[in-house]
Amino acid sequence: MMYRTLFPRDMFAELDRLQREMQHAFDLSPNIRGVARGGFPAMNVGSTAASVEVYAFAPGIDPAALDVQIEKGVLTIAGERTSALPGKEDKATAHIDERFSGRFRRVVSLPDDIDPNGVSARYRDGVLHVSIPRREAAQPRRITIQ
Amino acid sequence: MSETTAKTDAGLKEANLMPPVDVIEDANGITLHADLPGVTKDKLTLQVEADTLTIEGEVSFEMPAGMESIHAEVSLPRYRRVFTLSKELDPEKVSAEFHHGVLKLRIPKAEHAQPRRVEVRVA
Repeated sequence: MMYRTLFPRDMFAELDRLQREMQHAFDLSPNIRGVARGGFPAMNVGSTAASVEVYAFAPGIDPAALDVQIEKGVLTIAGERTSALPGKEDKATAHIDERFSGRFRRVVSLPDDIDPNGVSARYRDGVLHVSIPRREAAQPRRITIQ
Repeated sequence: MSETTAKTDAGLKEANLMPPVDVIEDANGITLHADLPGVTKDKLTLQVEADTLTIEGEVSFEMPAGMESIHAEVSLPRYRRVFTLSKELDPEKVSAEFHHGVLKLRIPKAEHAQPRRVEVRVA
């Protein structure tokens, strides 16, 4: 249970928060795999000739509790983040509550030419970086003309 | 403690990401948690000036050479958020922890604002 202050000390901050929450509620995602914007963790995906790089911005998680899977060309990142908010019995008030808590799962479909055996994943400064190499055969090759 | 939304000149020139925060107040002070993934300890700046608390961090993560971005939800390289501290908080005694991209700030209340139990004696 959490309580918000009844009398906001800063009207503009309160309006800003309201606007953000409205945006969050009305931002319908065109993606078939759910929320693309504002989901947790936020994700960046990049590509090089040799690999596909996925970055998941998931701070404050025990790396051992992160579940990363690749199945049929789909990368799934799942886990859970515990809430920092006070419990019912704590004599504390939450004034701002914006950070995500609870279970999460995000899915990225990968290109066809990836090699699921060479995947590496690292967690650093709250960012999970998954690097998936492309298959040798699919990599561009310069052909020498004789 | 409240958030300052009035942008400073620097804030207008550069676009920043606004890190999500939790602010919890108990009898002895305020605890603030902020999500700053991708920020290393040396790229995090905390500043308390008069009654203004500024949290700034630069995002840096390793990228292989020649990487082309396909999809980006974190598209700006900097986090910034400004809060105004109220009078009863003691800016001298702010303590900070930064672990796995989560900043935890503890701002205790000044001595005079600490709760005191008043004994009621019945004559």
